Amino acid sequence: MTVHRDDLGDKMGMWLFIFTELLLFGMLFVVYAVYRSMHPEAFKLGGDELDVVMGTINTIILLISSMTVAMSISAMQKGNKKLALTLLTITLIIAVVFLVNKYFEWGAKFEYGFNPGAPELLELGPGTILFFGLYFIMTGIHALHIIIGIALFIYVFWQIRKDKIHQTDYVWLENTGLYWHLVDLIWIFLFPLFYLIH
Amino acid sequence: MSEEKHHIVSYRTHAFVLLALLVLTGISVAITQLEMGPMNTLAAMIIAGIKAAIVLAWFMHLKFESRFFAFMVSAVVVVFLLVLLVTFFDYSYR
Amino acid sequence: MSEANNAHNVSYLEYKGQYKGLFAWIFSTDHKRIGLLYLYTMLLFFSVAAILGLLMKTQLIAPGYTIMGPQTYNSLFTLHGIIMIFIIVVPGLPAVFGNFFLPIMIGAKDVAFPKLNLLSWWFYIIGILIVLTSQFMGDGPPDTGWTFYAPYSFRTPTNVLPAVFGAFVMGFSSILTGINFVVTIHRMRAPGMTWFKMPLFPWTLYGTAWIQILATPVIGITLLLIIAERLMGIGIFDPALGGDPILYQHLFWIYSHPAVYIMILPGMGAISEIIPVFSRKTIFGYKAIVLSTMAIAFVGYFVWGHHMFTSGMSGRALYAFSFLTFLVAIPSAIKVFNWVSTMHRGSLHMQTPFYWAVSFIFVFMIGGLTGLVLGSLATNVHVHDTHFVVAHFHFIVFGGTGYAFMAALHYWFPKMFGRMYDMNWANLGWGIFFIGFNTLYLPMFYLGIMGMPRRYYDYLPDFHGGNIVSSLGAWVMVSGIVIIFANLIRSARHGEKTSDKNPWGGKTLEWQVDTPPTLENFEEIPTIVKGPYDYED
Repeated sequence: MTVHRDDLGDKMGMWLFIFTELLLFGMLFVVYAVYRSMHPEAFKLGGDELDVVMGTINTIILLISSMTVAMSISAMQKGNKKLALTLLTITLIIAVVFLVNKYFEWGAKFEYGFNPGAPELLELGPGTILFFGLYFIMTGIHALHIIIGIALFIYVFWQIRKDKIHQTDYVWLENTGLYWHLVDLIWIFLFPLFYLIH
Repeated sequence: MSEEKHHIVSYRTHAFVLLALLVLTGISVAITQLEMGPMNTLAAMIIAGIKAAIVLAWFMHLKFESRFFAFMVSAVVVVFLLVLLVTFFDYSYR
Repeated sequence: MSEANNAHNVSYLEYKGQYKGLFAWIFSTDHKRIGLLYLYTMLLFFSVAAILGLLMKTQLIAPGYTIMGPQTYNSLFTLHGIIMIFIIVVPGLPAVFGNFFLPIMIGAKDVAFPKLNLLSWWFYIIGILIVLTSQFMGDGPPDTGWTFYAPYSFRTPTNVLPAVFGAFVMGFSSILTGINFVVTIHRMRAPGMTWFKMPLFPWTLYGTAWIQILATPVIGITLLLIIAERLMGIGIFDPALGGDPILYQHLFWIYSHPAVYIMILPGMGAISEIIPVFSRKTIFGYKAIVLSTMAIAFVGYFVWGHHMFTSGMSGRALYAFSFLTFLVAIPSAIKVFNWVSTMHRGSLHMQTPFYWAVSFIFVFMIGGLTGLVLGSLATNVHVHDTHFVVAHFHFIVFGGTGYAFMAALHYWFPKMFGRMYDMNWANLGWGIFFIGFNTLYLPMFYLGIMGMPRRYYDYLPDFHGGNIVSSLGAWVMVSGIVIIFANLIRSARHGEKTSDKNPWGGKTLEWQVDTPPTLENFEEIPTIVKGPYDYED
C-alpha cells in the first residue's frame, strides 16, 4: 500500500486527542468547582497547607520547558538538528526536575497525614478530605502525563538522532510539543486553584 | 502532500512569550496574596485564561495554523463552560 | 507483488498480506477487515447478552423464584447491560459499518490512521477480556447495574474493579475511532466531494465521532474516580467522607447521555442511506438531515440531567434539563418527517433492508414519544425506575440502533461478503423478530405505568399477566434472531456468489466499486460531481 502522508491531518488528530485530555481534566475541574462552592473555608485552609514557593518554582520551570520544546521545533524547521536535540534535552531535564519536586511535595504531605485514608486527614472534616483527595488525584494524573511526556521525548530524541525526524518530516516532534504544551496548560490552571487560594 | 507552508516562529518571539508568561505568573502570585475575597479567584482565573491563550496562540502555533483549529479549540472551551454552567443549575440552587 | 496479489484486482477477503490465517485478520490494518473483526466480536457477545436477557425474562415469567435468586438476577442484568452498552451499541455501527464503508463512501483508500484503527480494536478486545475476568474472579460478578452508581459501586464486595477498568479501556477504543473518523472526513474526501455532497451516513459518523471525542473522556475520568474510591477511599463520591453521590450521577450521565446519541446517530445515517435507495428517490431535505444531525450532537450534550429527575437535584436544574430534553426531540422528529417524505410517491422496492428500515421508523417513534413522557417532570416522577423506562430505552437502543444495525447489515451484506443471503429466510426472520420484539417490550410500558419497578427478580402477583406476555415475546424474538443469524452466517460462507456491483440500485460510491471491494477500494480515486442520492436523471 502506498504510504499516505498528511502532516496537517496528523496534527489535527493530535489536537482532537488534546481535546479529550482537556475534557478529562475539565471534569475534574467541575468536581473541584462543585466542592469548593460547598466548602470554601476548608479549601482555603487546605490551600494554605500547600507550598507556594515550590508551586511557583514548578510553574516557572514548566513554562521554560514549554519554550524550549517550542524552540526545538523552530530549530528543526531551520534544519539545526544539534540545537533541536539540545533544547529537547533541556526540556527532558526540566520534566524530571518537576517530578522530583513533586515527589518531595507529596512526601511532605504524606508525612503530615494528608494522603487519602490517613487518620489525621479523616479528623479534619469533609471539606479538607475533598480538597486533598482532589489535590492528589489531579496532581497525580498531571504527573502521569509528565511521565508519558518524558517517554515521548526520549522516543523523539532517538528518532531525531537516527534522522527519522528531520527538517522536512518533523510532525512527531510537533505533536510531542503539542502534548507537552497541554501538560503546561493544565498546570496553568492547577497552580492558582490549589496553591493560590487565599 | 506536505508542501504546505510552515511558519517558523523565531527564537526571539519564543523568548518574549516566555517573558510575558513569567510576568503574568508573578502578577498572579502577588495579587492572590492581597485580601480581595472572591475577587482573588476571579483575578487568578482571568490571568490563567490569558496565559492559556498565549500558550495556545504562540507555543501551540494556533495563530499560524488554519483558522479551523482555533475554531475547534474555542468550540471545545465553550462546550466545557456550558457543562460547568449547566452543572451549577443544580448546585447553585440546592 | 505478483500480478495475482495486486491490491487493485484482488478482493480484500483474498488478499495475501504479511501474515497468514487468523493473524492476517487480527494484525490487518485494512479498514474493511477491522470492520469485520468488530462485526464478529459483536455478534458473539450480542448472542451471549441476548441469552442473559432471555434468562432474565424467563425468571420473570412468574412471581418469586423461577430459575434464579436475587443475587444471580442482579449480576445478570449488570452483565447484560455492560455487554449490550459498552461492547455492542456504543461501538456499534461506527466500528462495523463506519470502518468498512466510511472510506469507500467518501472515496478514500483507508482511514486516516490505519494503525490506530487496529489499535482501537485491540483496546476493545483487551477491555472485553478485562470485563470478563470480573465474572470469574474471587468475590463474584458485579451487581451494580451497568451504571456503577455511587456509593454502592464502592461498597459492594463484588468484582466491580475489573468491570469498571475494562469499560475504561474500551473508552480508548471509542476515542481512537472518533479521532480517526473526524480526520478521515476532513482530510480524505475524494476531489469534488464537498461537505454537502457527502452521503448522510458519513455525516452522522462525523457528528458521532465528535461526541466520542468530547464525551468519552468524561466517563474515563469518572470510572477512574470510582477505581480511586474503591482502592484508596479518596472520598470524592463517598457521602461518609463529604462527597456527593449525585455528582457521580452528573458525571456519569454527562457521558452516558451523549453516548445514547453515539448509538443512535449512525443508525439514523444508515436508515437515511437505505430509504432513498429503496424508494428510488432523492432524499427529502438533505440539508435538514445534516443540520439536525449536528444539532442532536450538540444539544444532546446538555440534557444528561433527565436521567436524574428523582435524584434530589435542585428544582431549577429540573426545569432546565426538561426544557433541553424537549429541545433535542425536535431534530429527531425532523429526520422522521424526512424519511417519510422520501418514501412518499417513491417507487418502493419491498426487500429485506427496506423492511428493517421501515420497522426502524415505527419502533423509533414509539421509543421517541415515550421519551417525551419521561422528559416531562410530572410523569417522570411516576414512572421513574419502573419497567416503563426499561421499555423506553429498549425501544430506542434496541429498536433504534438494533434495527438500524440489522438494516445496515442486510443492506451492505452483499458488498461485504460478495455473496447474497436467502431473502425468504431473511424476511421470515425479520417478521418473527418484529412480532416478538413488540410482544416483549410493549407490555413493559403497561407494567411500568402500573408501578412495576425495574431491577427486581420478583414482583407482586398483580403484574403476572403482563409479564407472561412479555416473557413469551422474548422467546419469539430470540427465535427470530436465531433465524436471522443462521441465515446470515450460512450465506456468508455458502451463499450465492455475486459480483454484481450494485444489487440494490444505490447511487453512493460503495456501489460503484468491486464486490467485494479490492484492498485499496478504488483503482483510481473518483472525482465527484453529483450529490449522493441523485435519482432525478
